Amino acid sequence: MEAEPPLFRVWGLTKRYSGRERRGAPTVEALAGIDLEVTRGSDLALVGQSGSGKSTLARCLARLDEPTSGRVLFEGMDLRELRGPRLLRFRERVQLILQDSATALDPRLTAAAIVSEPLEVLGRGDRRERGRQARELMESVGIPAAWAARRPFELSGGQRQRLAIARALAVQPELLILDEAFAGLDASIQAQIATLLQELQARHGLTYLYVSHDLSLMALLADEVAIMFEGRIVERGDVGRIFTEPRHPHTRALIAAVASLPAPSAPPAS
Amino acid sequence: MPALLEVRDLAVHYADGHGGPVVAVDELSLDVPPGEVVGLLGESGCGKSTLLLAILGLLPRSARVVNGSIRFRGRELLGLGEPELRGVRGAEVSIIFQDPALALNPVRRIGSQVAEVVQAHRRWSGRRCRDEALSMLAEVGFPDPVRIHDSYPHELSGGQRQRVVIAQALACRPALVLADEPTASLDSTTQAEVRGLLGALQRRLGLAMLVVSHDLGALATLARRVLVMYAGRLVEAGDSARVFGDPLHPYSRGLLQALPRAPEPGSSRERRVPSPIPGSSPDLARLPAGCAFEPRCADRLPACVDRPPRETRPADGRQVRCFKYGG
Repeated sequence: MEAEPPLFRVWGLTKRYSGRERRGAPTVEALAGIDLEVTRGSDLALVGQSGSGKSTLARCLARLDEPTSGRVLFEGMDLRELRGPRLLRFRERVQLILQDSATALDPRLTAAAIVSEPLEVLGRGDRRERGRQARELMESVGIPAAWAARRPFELSGGQRQRLAIARALAVQPELLILDEAFAGLDASIQAQIATLLQELQARHGLTYLYVSHDLSLMALLADEVAIMFEGRIVERGDVGRIFTEPRHPHTRALIAAVASLPAPSAPPAS
Repeated sequence: MPALLEVRDLAVHYADGHGGPVVAVDELSLDVPPGEVVGLLGESGCGKSTLLLAILGLLPRSARVVNGSIRFRGRELLGLGEPELRGVRGAEVSIIFQDPALALNPVRRIGSQVAEVVQAHRRWSGRRCRDEALSMLAEVGFPDPVRIHDSYPHELSGGQRQRVVIAQALACRPALVLADEPTASLDSTTQAEVRGLLGALQRRLGLAMLVVSHDLGALATLARRVLVMYAGRLVEAGDSARVFGDPLHPYSRGLLQALPRAPEPGSSRERRVPSPIPGSSPDLARLPAGCAFEPRCADRLPACVDRPPRETRPADGRQVRCFKYGG
C-alpha cells in the first residue's frame, strides 16, 4: 500500500515583520525557514519559548497569516491559491483553539448559540436542527445540555475551554490547532481536557497540532515534539526520545526548566 | 519561635444574589514562622486568593470576614483602620501578583514605580528613594539596573517584568511576602528562573513567604511546609516532601496523579495520560452538608455525607481533614 500523503507539507517557510523604519525598529524574522510535515491522525507539538515563532507558524498553517516566502501545501493544495468555496472548505477542516477561551467566546451569546454559530455561518440545517446539534456537541465534551442557556461568564475556565472545543468540532474538522489551549487551567482540569481530546480523536480520527511553551505538558499530549528556537525547528522527535536523549542545547534548557517533584522520602530542596 | 503570621478559624463569605452566601474560606488556620516558606496548593476557585486578600485587608466590598483572626507579629490585623493597614501593607507584608503586566502602570517608567513603594513608607529624599530602587533592581538580578530603571513596562519581557514586581515587593524589606501564582503567567524556562530567584532572595534576606500556586513543582522547590486547600478549607498540611511523596487526602492524591510527568522512551501515550479527578469543584454557594470532596472521592465512606470531617493529626507534623483518618 502506498503511504498516505501528509496533511500538511511545509517548505522553506519564512515570515518577517518589518519594523517601523522611521523609529529605527528592526525587522523581526519570526520564521527563518521551516520545513515540516504533519501526518494525518498524528499528535505533533510545537514547543518553544515566547518569540520562538511557534504561534506564527500555527497562524501560517491556518492561513491566518501570509508567509513572506516558502510554501504550505494542505493535501497538495497551495494555501496561497485557495479562494472562494475551496478556502471556506479549508476553514472548516482546520480549526484553531486559542489560549484564553474567556476572550475567544462572545460574552453576549449563550453556550448553545456559541456552538451553533459556525453551522449558521455555513448555512447548515435549520434553526431547530442547529440547536439540537449544539446540545449534542455540548454533551460530547462533557457540558450538560441543560446549560445551553448559560453564558461564558457563568462557566469555569475548564468548561469554557470545553465549549471552545465543541464549537471547533461543530464543522467536523480534520485538524485542530491548539495554541496554548491549556494555559491557565489547573492540572486536574488539564488532565480532564487531555482525556477528552483523546476520546474525540479515537471517535473522529482527528489530527492535533499543539503549540505550547510547556514541554512536560506536551509530553502528556503529543507523540512527537518539534522544538522551536529563533524561528527554526531545531529538533524533532518522539516525546520519549526527546526527554531521554535531547540533542539540541535549547531542548536541554527546556527540559531543565521542568520543575520536578521530589521523589518520595527525599528532603525538600532549601 | 512564635509564628510571624497566625491565621485562626478564618471564614470569609461573599454576598451572592442567589440566596445563600458564597463560602470562600472556612475554618482555616495556618502559621507562617519567620524566615520560612509555606506553600498553599489549590485549584482555581478554592479560596486561596481570597485568603491572601484577607491578610492584606484588600477584600472587595462584597466580601465579609464572618469569623476568625489574622495576627501579624502578634497584632490583630482584622478590624484595623485603613491608615494602620497602609503602614503594614508594602512595608511589613507585601504581595507579588500573578500577572506582572497588570501589576505595573504601562505609562510610567520602571524606576519610579519601584521608588514609589519606598516613598510611601520612608521619609527619604527623592534621590535616596531612586538609589534604593536602583539597588533593588540590581538585587533581583538585573545586570543593567539603570537601563531597566529608565524603561517602560512594554519594553521588558514577561520575566523581566516579574522581576520588577518582585523588586517592588521587597523594596521596603518586608518580613513576609505573599505570592499569588508568581510564575503562572511565564514561559517554562522563565518560570524556572523566577523560581530560582525567589528561592535565592528568600534565603539571602531571611524572608517568610506564603506562596500560593497550583504548580506543584514550584512549591516542591520553594516550600518546606505545604498546605492543600479544597473548597475553602485546608484538607491537608505537612512537610512538603512528605505531602508530595505520600499524600494522605484523596484530593491531594488525585492532584498529584493529574500532573504531567516526563515520559519513558517509547511509552505509549495512553499510559502517560494521568487519570483526572472526576467531576468539578463544588459551587461554594451550595456546599454539601458533608465533606465537600465526597462527590468526587473514590474512597468515600457512608459517614462522608453527614457532616464535614474534622481535622486530625495522623502523624507527627501532619494534618488532614478526612474520615479515613478519623475526621
